[in-house]
Amino acid sequence: MTAPLVEMRGITKTFPGVVANEDVNLAVYAGEIHALLGENGAGKSTLMSVLTGLYRPERGEIYFEGQKVSFRSPRDAINKGIGMVHQHFRLVAPFTVTENVALGLKGGFNLNLNKIAQEIGELSREYGLEVDPQARIWQLSVGEQQRVEIIKLLYRKARVLILDEPTAVLTPQEARELYRTLKKMAEQGCAVVFITHKLQEVMEAADTITILRAGKTVATVKKQDTSEKELARLMVGRELKGLRQKPAASRSATVLSIEDLRVLNDKGLEALKGINLTVAAGEILGIAGVAGNGQRELAEAVAGMRTIVAGRITIAGRVLEQGNPLEAINAGVGYIPADRLDMGLVPNLGAVDNLLLKEYRQERWGKTFIDRRQVRLWARELVERFKVRMAGLDVPVKLMSGGNLQRLLLAREISTCPRLLVAEYPSRGLDIGATEAVHRLLLEQRAAGAAILLISEDLEELFRLADRIAVMYEGEITGLVDTAAARVEELGLMMAGAKRMEVGA
Amino acid sequence: MKMPAEDTTAAPLISWEKRLQPSPVIAVLVPVLSVFLALGLGAVFLAFTGFNPLEVYQNMLHGAVGSRYGFSETIVKAIPLMLAGLGVSVAFRMLLWNIGAEGQFYMGTFGASWVALSFPELPFYIMLPAMFIAGCLMGGLWACLPAIPRALWGVNEVITTLMLNYVAILWVDYLVYGPWKDPQGFNFPLTVSFSKAATLPTLLGTRVHLGLVFALMAALLLSIVLWRTRWGYEIRVTGENASAASYAGMNIKRNIILVMFLSGALAGLAGMSEVAGITHRLQHGISPGYGYTAIIVAWLAKLHPAGIILVSFLFGGLIVGGYSVQTSGVPAATVSMLQSAILFFVLGGEILTRYRLRIGRKGGK
Amino acid sequence: MENTVLITILAAAVTAGTPILYAALGEIICERSGVLNLGVEGMMLVGAVCGYMVAVRSASPWAGFLVALLAAGALAAIFAFLTITLRANQVVTGLALTIFGTGVSGFLGKPYIGIPLPLSFKKAPIPVLSDIPLLGPVFFSQDVLVYLSYILVPLLGYYLYRTRWGLNLRAIGENPAAADALGVNVFALRYTYVIIGGMLAGAGGAYLSLAYAPSWLENMTAGRGWIAVALVIFAFWDPFRAVLGAYLFGGVDALTYTLQASTNIQVPVFFLKMMPYVLTVIVLIVVTRHTLAKRVGAPAALSIPYDREER
Repeated sequence: MTAPLVEMRGITKTFPGVVANEDVNLAVYAGEIHALLGENGAGKSTLMSVLTGLYRPERGEIYFEGQKVSFRSPRDAINKGIGMVHQHFRLVAPFTVTENVALGLKGGFNLNLNKIAQEIGELSREYGLEVDPQARIWQLSVGEQQRVEIIKLLYRKARVLILDEPTAVLTPQEARELYRTLKKMAEQGCAVVFITHKLQEVMEAADTITILRAGKTVATVKKQDTSEKELARLMVGRELKGLRQKPAASRSATVLSIEDLRVLNDKGLEALKGINLTVAAGEILGIAGVAGNGQRELAEAVAGMRTIVAGRITIAGRVLEQGNPLEAINAGVGYIPADRLDMGLVPNLGAVDNLLLKEYRQERWGKTFIDRRQVRLWARELVERFKVRMAGLDVPVKLMSGGNLQRLLLAREISTCPRLLVAEYPSRGLDIGATEAVHRLLLEQRAAGAAILLISEDLEELFRLADRIAVMYEGEITGLVDTAAARVEELGLMMAGAKRMEVGA
Repeated sequence: MKMPAEDTTAAPLISWEKRLQPSPVIAVLVPVLSVFLALGLGAVFLAFTGFNPLEVYQNMLHGAVGSRYGFSETIVKAIPLMLAGLGVSVAFRMLLWNIGAEGQFYMGTFGASWVALSFPELPFYIMLPAMFIAGCLMGGLWACLPAIPRALWGVNEVITTLMLNYVAILWVDYLVYGPWKDPQGFNFPLTVSFSKAATLPTLLGTRVHLGLVFALMAALLLSIVLWRTRWGYEIRVTGENASAASYAGMNIKRNIILVMFLSGALAGLAGMSEVAGITHRLQHGISPGYGYTAIIVAWLAKLHPAGIILVSFLFGGLIVGGYSVQTSGVPAATVSMLQSAILFFVLGGEILTRYRLRIGRKGGK
Repeated sequence: MENTVLITILAAAVTAGTPILYAALGEIICERSGVLNLGVEGMMLVGAVCGYMVAVRSASPWAGFLVALLAAGALAAIFAFLTITLRANQVVTGLALTIFGTGVSGFLGKPYIGIPLPLSFKKAPIPVLSDIPLLGPVFFSQDVLVYLSYILVPLLGYYLYRTRWGLNLRAIGENPAAADALGVNVFALRYTYVIIGGMLAGAGGAYLSLAYAPSWLENMTAGRGWIAVALVIFAFWDPFRAVLGAYLFGGVDALTYTLQASTNIQVPVFFLKMMPYVLTVIVLIVVTRHTLAKRVGAPAALSIPYDREER
């Protein structure tokens, strides 16, 4: 066998308090698709950030084509032909596709955008990465934006392409299309590395798989020599328990009913184009779909945070007033937003103040003054009940781990016994243990008779938790099915807008 | 995946390392050190322009705290800084960059003076409360002018509050040069003296007046409001994370206007106590930039009420010391230069509370 | 007769608008790179005083102008160090810069108050062009620094929209992480543009003390630096629109003086002097409501320190 195109040897990278990578080895060959598999927090992204010059390791060496290299910045890595598509795209939203590709290129003082646009056209035909070079980024769908990211690397003649969780933003069909593109690139002699925690995806697209666990390399295996089950064991470090059957739903009265809802997004465009949904007490309604198709706006509208252009939201018989979060809170809506530290919590305040966020108006703490001692006792109790681990009740919550943050957030939202719980990507970024805890809490709420609106991009999660699944595409509901009767393939088509069914809600 | 950050962009041998928790020791050390560094920088300027810095500083120190009179004057100058600084701090805490304390101060002097000049016959027990209210009200309303467009449409309050400073100063100038000018004042831009009833009581024959009590009370009340009440909780949450505040159903627009009103009212109160306690009349240039110095004071004190009281004494001393060396030819601007230099060093030093400077590479080869 | 008054006012509008224009162009560059520098007023003052000192001593206004650029640039470099490297709060640091600049200029300029300038930038009509009716006396009977600004505006526009470096400049203000990932040195470029922005503010200050006044007075900018900051918003961060705004404010300035001079209008001078400030507030409110409706706004990364490892 030939020498690897890229090799990382004994990489160690620590952050204050955390060892992100410890003595990690990785060898990637030209012409192969290499999956980097591991749980959230296993150190995959850190390792790739080291490879692309974003981080510098404390120990370890990187070899490119057999030569030892040392990258001081992403520029060095790009110059060598190593590029990465980050999970959060690095695109300049008001720029055109061409301008984004042209960014940072060497060359003359003047900018010849026409020539670059033409070259982009050629590349996109060659690799099947269809995109309009003149379009502005903010006009593109997430899938198209991903293509722009890949074109940026191809245009720079990248030989090693790294993709961080590339399918998280795609429908199953789009994902398959991406795999085809990746294969083409590998055939041209590139090495493709993709980071993932989805076993299925690895078995479908990868040639070689390196598994990371807790910052260490566990194994590197060929796809044909392994199985999904073995990979799961390697990734988690223990046998995975089979899916526990959730108890049957005890649906009763309708809690949430949405009628012909129309809402604008932050750019002033219509994000929800007439949505009809109902959720009953004791039921979990899952919302599937690629992120950015109006899910966030739906969640925010139900939580009273968005002005309603047309239509009606009724919660337990009460019509929700125009964009008034307080109204929703009083109606018994709990909301777990996707951005925990951006919206759900106040990063610089302690656990007590964060738990108080929706409770502080309660008369039991006093009318004008807040009885801090009482509040503290109550907070301590909640923290213990929900097993939130932290350094102290007043230590800024931003120092807590993702799983504990989510527990804190859930503790607050659940402690008020909500009639309706809106959960937006509740397990995003959590490791398996924390995800299980979140799932358990959601099912407990369901059993307690709460109506739950669960927004997720993870079909597996939806199949596990939801009683019914609605699919969102471009601000519309393209399908609504009972989970028991749902098929992945069909949901995928609906997520892409290729298939629609009548929705009677 | 979120990882505690560390900067790798700096030169390889020196880099920033994020602290897991802000260091409280450094948080105190930085301002103290900044004062000395700024004095050092000022010394360089003074030396270059032909002064003996050591002598100048010695004279300043003596002027500020060397005598009973100097010390009482330091307190006199600290009073408006405390009140305006408290006002600035409460707005800053909500990330409302109210830099209009100067104008709000002027409007406070206007409001109080209007009461004193229009109803000179009032007994003191009505006069002083009325002036108090008028000063607060005018300062507060003046701050509402930029606050309302900020709340409704997000109009940049930095520029609007600042622009209104010029307007307020010109308004007071119009009054003291025009309709309110004392006909017996030898054409100086000032009004007639207020009646005895419009004068704040002073302390033991010094010029230290009741305004000091206002300031101390305001600091105490503000602490209680911020950390013990619902409204204070809302202010703290909104300042830290506005989207969390609206997520929790807080009325941000209303709070923007209320907080700006409070902020302006405190600056207006500073103006009221200055006319009622010190000048006993409205006059041109009644504030030597208290409103701007108050911003520095507030930031230096990390927006903490008790800290503002403390830092105000320091800056009051700087002002008094500055006056005392002006007779020997040191430019008046030295003081504002020193004050802003202190702020520079504090701003630069703040990174040390969040990051640790790492020299040399761990491991490596 | 009416006509000559109008022409005088318009010509004065251009003259009075020029210092604001320089400062606004500088701030546009700075803000486009993602850094909000509110120290314009301070940098203008330092530029004005340093330019004046050198021009008095050397009897060369050009030497003064050059030093003004350097001095204000140096002040901007301090700001850059504090906000880019040390990640200090940009709003407060900008305020500190203004207060510092006011103090330093007052300190340095004290001996120069009342000292006349041996040689200032004089009106120098451009031969043929100044004979064009209306346009000639308004635009082409100005001094050389005004002409320089005529060249600067299209040059800057071309740089921003038509060159590689301009693309990089716009990108680091919109999404520094994207630019960084493609090898654009965000830190070095931000330093550069903050300093260039400061130098242009210094040029605006020097224009005041070397051409407009020409003299040195404490606080002679009288809020023009802040008006320039407001102008950037009015101009939607576009150099061409900045010209429009600068001359509008220059016009108000000129009008104020004309009205003050005329005897038959009985508005107290204090109210006339308020006009530019009141106008700034009103314009800002109108423009902000307008941008809110049209959703064009500031560079997305404006006033956010770039930290490679925080997304």
